Amino acid sequence: MAALLSGALIALTLLASVISGAAAEKAKVAHFALSNGLDVVVIPDRRAPIVTHMIWYKVGSADEPWGKSGIAHFLEHLMFKGTEKNPSGRFSKTLAAFGGVENAFTSNDYTGYYQRAAREHLEALMAFEADRMTGLVLTDSVVGPELNVVLEEQNTRVANNPAARLGEDVAAALFLNHTYGRPVIGWRHEIEKLNREDALDFYRRFYAPNNAIVVVAGDVTEEVVRDIAERTYGKIARRADLKPRQRPQEPEQRSVRQVTLSDPQVAQPSLQRSYLVPSYSTAKPGAAEAIEVLAHILGGGSNSRLYRTLVAETGIATNAGGWYQGTALDMTKLGIYATPRPGVTLAQLETQVDAVIAKLIADGITSQELERTKLRLIADAVYAQDNQSSMARWYGAALATGATVEEVSAWPDRIRSVTAPAVEAAARQWLDRRRSVTGYLTNDAVKREEKRS
Amino acid sequence: MNMPAAASLRIGLAAAAVLAAAVCAPAMHIERVVSPGGIEAWLVRAPSSPQISFEFAFRGGANQDPVDKAGVASMVAALLDEGAGDIDSRHFRERLEDKAIEISFRAGRDHLSGSLKTLRENSDEAFDLLRLSLTAPRFDLADVERIRSQMLSGLRRETTSPNDIASRRWWATAFAGHPYGRAVKGTLDTVAAITGDDLRTYARRVLARGALKVGVVGDIAPAELAAVLDRVFGSLPAAPALSDIAPTRPKGLGSRIVVDLDVPQAVVIVGGAGIARKDPDFMAAFIVNHILGGGSFSSRLYREVREERGLAYSVYSTLVPLDYASLFMSTTATRKEQAGQTLDVVEQQIKRLAQEGPTEDELGKAKSYLKGSYALRFDTSGNIASQLVAVQFEDLGIDYIARRNDLVDAVTLADVRRIAKRLLDGGLLVTVVGRPQGVEGKGG
Repeated sequence: MAALLSGALIALTLLASVISGAAAEKAKVAHFALSNGLDVVVIPDRRAPIVTHMIWYKVGSADEPWGKSGIAHFLEHLMFKGTEKNPSGRFSKTLAAFGGVENAFTSNDYTGYYQRAAREHLEALMAFEADRMTGLVLTDSVVGPELNVVLEEQNTRVANNPAARLGEDVAAALFLNHTYGRPVIGWRHEIEKLNREDALDFYRRFYAPNNAIVVVAGDVTEEVVRDIAERTYGKIARRADLKPRQRPQEPEQRSVRQVTLSDPQVAQPSLQRSYLVPSYSTAKPGAAEAIEVLAHILGGGSNSRLYRTLVAETGIATNAGGWYQGTALDMTKLGIYATPRPGVTLAQLETQVDAVIAKLIADGITSQELERTKLRLIADAVYAQDNQSSMARWYGAALATGATVEEVSAWPDRIRSVTAPAVEAAARQWLDRRRSVTGYLTNDAVKREEKRS
Repeated sequence: MNMPAAASLRIGLAAAAVLAAAVCAPAMHIERVVSPGGIEAWLVRAPSSPQISFEFAFRGGANQDPVDKAGVASMVAALLDEGAGDIDSRHFRERLEDKAIEISFRAGRDHLSGSLKTLRENSDEAFDLLRLSLTAPRFDLADVERIRSQMLSGLRRETTSPNDIASRRWWATAFAGHPYGRAVKGTLDTVAAITGDDLRTYARRVLARGALKVGVVGDIAPAELAAVLDRVFGSLPAAPALSDIAPTRPKGLGSRIVVDLDVPQAVVIVGGAGIARKDPDFMAAFIVNHILGGGSFSSRLYREVREERGLAYSVYSTLVPLDYASLFMSTTATRKEQAGQTLDVVEQQIKRLAQEGPTEDELGKAKSYLKGSYALRFDTSGNIASQLVAVQFEDLGIDYIARRNDLVDAVTLADVRRIAKRLLDGGLLVTVVGRPQGVEGKGG
């Protein structure tokens, strides 16, 4: 439960990055569109008689109206409150009665709902989910308590956690113009003012078959899913007034930025940095794959440059690593993080982090690093086949941010063709501090000690 | 950084996780494999699967830490995959990644557990590296210091984390003087004091065939697995040298402990005595807990605390059946101004369920949910293998997974009413961390 929103998104991206085209090919992923524009993906997994059913709406916190941050996530909560046809939680109650499990999630680019259950319940799941695409009924008596639930969620995830508060401020400083600078959960002062009308406005504007993707993974066939989808989702009219997803884009970035969050609750200082980089959706062909490999060589696990140099060799840090959030509709983030050993200041640590990056840019990468990383990423794709929910998430997230099924399936081949010069060019182009924000997490007592030493 | 994938889960995670009951994927066939050397594993064959998953565990986790060295088991777990035999840490980590082999270890209160995941084509190398990590861990000085500094860094962070403080205080109070009263991850003082000899001694005492259970899922024939078991585990000592642990019960029931921390949201843990896994009434208790605060969105605590009153994002309860004690625990978090009200609601719900018991309708729905959702726990190779290990440790029998839903069905309304009283009427120890309003400390 310690998840920061940003951390959670990163994990999703990593997960998304590790499923292979070979795996997808093996699973014979099918996809088709209904006449109302709903995209449907079917991922067969016949090992057990269960299914995972997900719907992904192509709307997230980055699509929220000004001053209404948090409404995408608040609506996600309210979607469990019932519809005209299935009032007061009948969906959840019915699901629980047959032993299904459910949840939902919101990111800056999409909002998803899912259930897992025995395969014979698939039609019921799809009928309930189709019903709440347009049938949501909200009263103030359910909206009020749920707003307080969301505020408690914000307390748990952010207000009680200084590292998460710093993460919000780093993102806000990184995106000068784009709405990715807002926390997915929203800014607390704006969440507090959200109401029933805000939620319904957002719902009516974005929840529609031609703005959604249904993913079914499990013990099913394309034919069965198509048949049920036609009878359930197929009855919903497409919306003619959906606008293209156009968010304000980033200007040229030119300033090295640093933010410091100092709080007595910080017992262990740390630093984090985000660079503005292309996503799979915005990058030129092959460029995002090169950044993916770069991020792994720089910060993925104990063989990475950052860990090996700062933790294993010099010992200046107790932990260090990096990540790439490639699954995004617009320009996205490559992140690095490090925790100093006692007696080392964050400024000293940052200098050493920069030295690791400078060395990588100056000397390039080794062929062993390149091959190890590619094999690691592609093998993870094979492992992912073992988890139908992971497969469903991977396809859903990719399609909700502009990828096609074919692109997702070909991902391992694209990783395989990444070259050392491409990785090195990516490092030179994107690991530029003028495109970055560095966040220091500290407390005053620590600072005073550092000055004395 | 690697958190569960969903960006904003609607409920807390832990809800149904603690009871490691296995599942019934109806078609699942479990084979008992015994090696020539006498090592047993339970196997679910997965023909054509490209990967092999091993889960295994040794009885005796953190409960075997020396009295003043809490954290030894955790440190051993962190170091077993950091170099073994002639291979130093750096080259060990490289060899793992070069073949995409995943080996990991973790310490719990009663077990030291491990996992292996490998592509079938690389399994030879994987089994060699696993054997080395278990039978010839290096514990090189530099690696010990590196892992120590990581652990201390995490422990420093925990000193101001309300969840960690609440949990540590609860366990330290309930089990003062018992191994369960010491934190699995240790403290800043104890971890600083651990020596290489402590680690080597622990590994020699605990990593033994006699304390081991193994679950395997993959495309591997029983005869092949038998040979692998001897190859990987065969040179471990036959019997562990475990310290005796006294069975115990939580103390301090009836106390409320408030720990001051300047955070906006107060974290609340309540807990009391539970019911042992081997108790014939365990399944009835499991159902009672499900109705009170178990996994679905329909529990009483979820409805009363979250849905009706909007007091918390996460609220749940769980049974914690350990080897030497049994617990029932519930956790929530709420803004400090409404901490007293929230704790009152939680305690009232527990009291009411103890006194009145579940309704017939609740029992029916709980059974239906628990039976239907059982198969969902067997969704990945790793999860299946973990279930195989848990069922072995709990000594439930190789047919347990097939019988389990019948055991759920056999529970009657009279059973759950009787057990609700036994489970929930024994008094609660409460720890609250934050600046809670309307919560007075007492006892403790």
